[in-house]
Amino acid sequence: MEQNAHIEHDHYDAEASKIGMWLFIFTELLLFGGLFVVYSVYRYVNPDAFHLAAEELNTTIGAVNTILLLVSSMTIAMSTSTLQYKKKGATLALLAITTIIGIVFLVNKYFEWGVKFSHGIWPGSEHLLNDFSQGEILFFGLYFVMTGLHALHIIIGLVIILVAAYRIHKGTVNENRAALLENAGLYWHLVDLIWIFLFPLFYLLT
Amino acid sequence: MQNEHAANEANYLKYQGKYKGLFAWIFSTDHKRIGLLYLYSIMSMFFIGVLLGLAMKFELLAPGKTIMDAQTYNATFTVHGVIMIFMVVVPGLPAIFGNFLLPIMIGAKDVAFPKLNLLSWWLYMIGVFLVIAALLFGNGAPDTGWTFYAPYSFKTGTNLLPAIFGAFVLGFSSILTGLNFLVTIHRMRCPGLTWSKLPLFVWTLYGTAWIQLLATPVVGITLVLVALERFFGIGVFDPALGGDPILYQHLFWIYSHPAVYIMILPAMGAISEIIPTFSQKQIFGYKAIIASTMAIAFVGYLVWGHHMFTAGMSGTAQYYFSLLTFIVAIPSAIKVFNWISTMYKGAINVQTPLYWGASFIFVFMIGGLSGLVLGSLATDVHVHDTAFVVAHFHYIVFGGVGFAFFAAIHYWFPKIYGRMYQKSWANTGWLVFFIGFLALYSPMFYLGMAGMPRRYYDYLDEFHSGNILSTFGSWIMVTGLVIIVVNLVRSARKGKPAEMDPWHSKTLEWTVPSPPPLENFDDIPVIAEDDGPYNYK
Repeated sequence: MEQNAHIEHDHYDAEASKIGMWLFIFTELLLFGGLFVVYSVYRYVNPDAFHLAAEELNTTIGAVNTILLLVSSMTIAMSTSTLQYKKKGATLALLAITTIIGIVFLVNKYFEWGVKFSHGIWPGSEHLLNDFSQGEILFFGLYFVMTGLHALHIIIGLVIILVAAYRIHKGTVNENRAALLENAGLYWHLVDLIWIFLFPLFYLLT
Repeated sequence: MQNEHAANEANYLKYQGKYKGLFAWIFSTDHKRIGLLYLYSIMSMFFIGVLLGLAMKFELLAPGKTIMDAQTYNATFTVHGVIMIFMVVVPGLPAIFGNFLLPIMIGAKDVAFPKLNLLSWWLYMIGVFLVIAALLFGNGAPDTGWTFYAPYSFKTGTNLLPAIFGAFVLGFSSILTGLNFLVTIHRMRCPGLTWSKLPLFVWTLYGTAWIQLLATPVVGITLVLVALERFFGIGVFDPALGGDPILYQHLFWIYSHPAVYIMILPAMGAISEIIPTFSQKQIFGYKAIIASTMAIAFVGYLVWGHHMFTAGMSGTAQYYFSLLTFIVAIPSAIKVFNWISTMYKGAINVQTPLYWGASFIFVFMIGGLSGLVLGSLATDVHVHDTAFVVAHFHYIVFGGVGFAFFAAIHYWFPKIYGRMYQKSWANTGWLVFFIGFLALYSPMFYLGMAGMPRRYYDYLDEFHSGNILSTFGSWIMVTGLVIIVVNLVRSARKGKPAEMDPWHSKTLEWTVPSPPPLENFDDIPVIAEDDGPYNYK
């Protein structure tokens, strides 16, 4: 094991980590790609029902969340530059802001879902099954699956950011070994990007 | 530095690290040990799958109920399929031989992400345990077939959820292995080892890794949707709620057809190593084999619809998928041509791996050509969902991948364990296995043509004789399997010590001791201008 530790120590390869993260991002895109295919098919089959159901969603909260994520993408991008300039404090502060924004996004999502639940709308709910058309059932099914899966990615992204922040605090991630922070940033941009597609598909296309 | 060399004197099997006993293996980040972990776990699952297959063949020995009822038979073929596909054939060659050989073949000390590599194996084991949990607990083993077709997959009362999650986790493990290999091949080739000097096994691992990476997530999300459908009834595959079960089939096969190429490409790669070694001749058409590998990886994405010709699809889509299916057969045929041309006028050294390699070409051709019968629209209607499909599939996946696997284990065994096996027993095992294989699956072509449907525990009297032959074949084949495995297990402990390069091969793994030292190479090798993996004089 010591020997292996030695190998890894010698072989710090930022390029390799970055390629690895990009490849992983491909898989994430295809994961959501499957869902986007399902969405497109059912939107094509049920245009009117999707229109009707989309009216139920709160565009304001959606827009606020979009802005929040865009800002957080900016702050995490800034944190990678500040790390290059060896400003550890600023880096940690920017990561803290990113984390807080991510949490605010989740809180917004929580209230948004909560409103739907209080209206009796959740996958398989009696109100949904009895009083809505098939297209609307599909719309809400996909809405909960896709935004839920996205929220899960936000949580994973936050965990990665916190690990990176901890490593920066400890000094094991620094201006010479910044791959972890850069990968955290890449992942966070991916999460942001997916939301950029989810927002118009569910909230704006009415 | 001195320390390092001292540690490197111990071979990887004996090396004593921080942990002792079993932990020295299951917490090891050494790619060779991880390869062996996969070997043992995959072979264990393979034996369970074989036993289930034997049970099915026994059931079909006579019409009517022989040893199991319809429900048990449904569960048996489902579990056989899930185990064999997701746990044996998909990870088989890449996870075992890829892990063991890839770094050595490209002159590296390990893969790019050793810890991630270990995590992949752990995920594999978690997936295995989830699926086994599905069998042992709940209301009976899954009975949907390995394809988990909607809507039955969320209507059946059997314990399907753990199996689906298991398949999902296994997919994740496969993705991480692919990712690791891609980065390793891009970043860790030793100096002078250009892309046009990579061994073909590495090239096929490269193509495979791309498929693992780009196709697996689609089935991942599809299985998640089925699970959510079972939990909540989100409706996407449920016709009662407006969903479309055919869409499930599309999404499933978008992964599962490329998965066939995840299985077969590394098998082709192993054969492309073995044939030149035992012909002592430069491989014929090195670049053509690479091009056909990448062509298979690419076109393989676009043929999934041929699993659904009778499921309900527009005529245009059918023509398109049928045409592409014929096109994807061409690169495979190119490879067969190259292997045979390599042997032509070579100095053929008949050894066990070559027996396996040559019989691979034989069964692979039968499997491939019978695939065209299924790929053309008119004949597919006739043989769809019959024993013909089962025969074709097993000729390709068991005949192709299985034979290549045994070729590979007999080829690299001296390197892995540092010992030779009993040649006479290995050859006997091969012969018995080969005869059993032909007797087991060939009658199914006839039975399918004659109209015997697959996935039934019962059949009409007129199919009896073919089924008897097939069941006898299964017994012969398993006898061969026992001979092979006993010989290998025994030889791993007691065989004669192997030389560094017993087959006089030219690839890098034969330039290190058998078994390889912990770090593979004392000094990273440098490939000279006129060196190459197949430079036989």
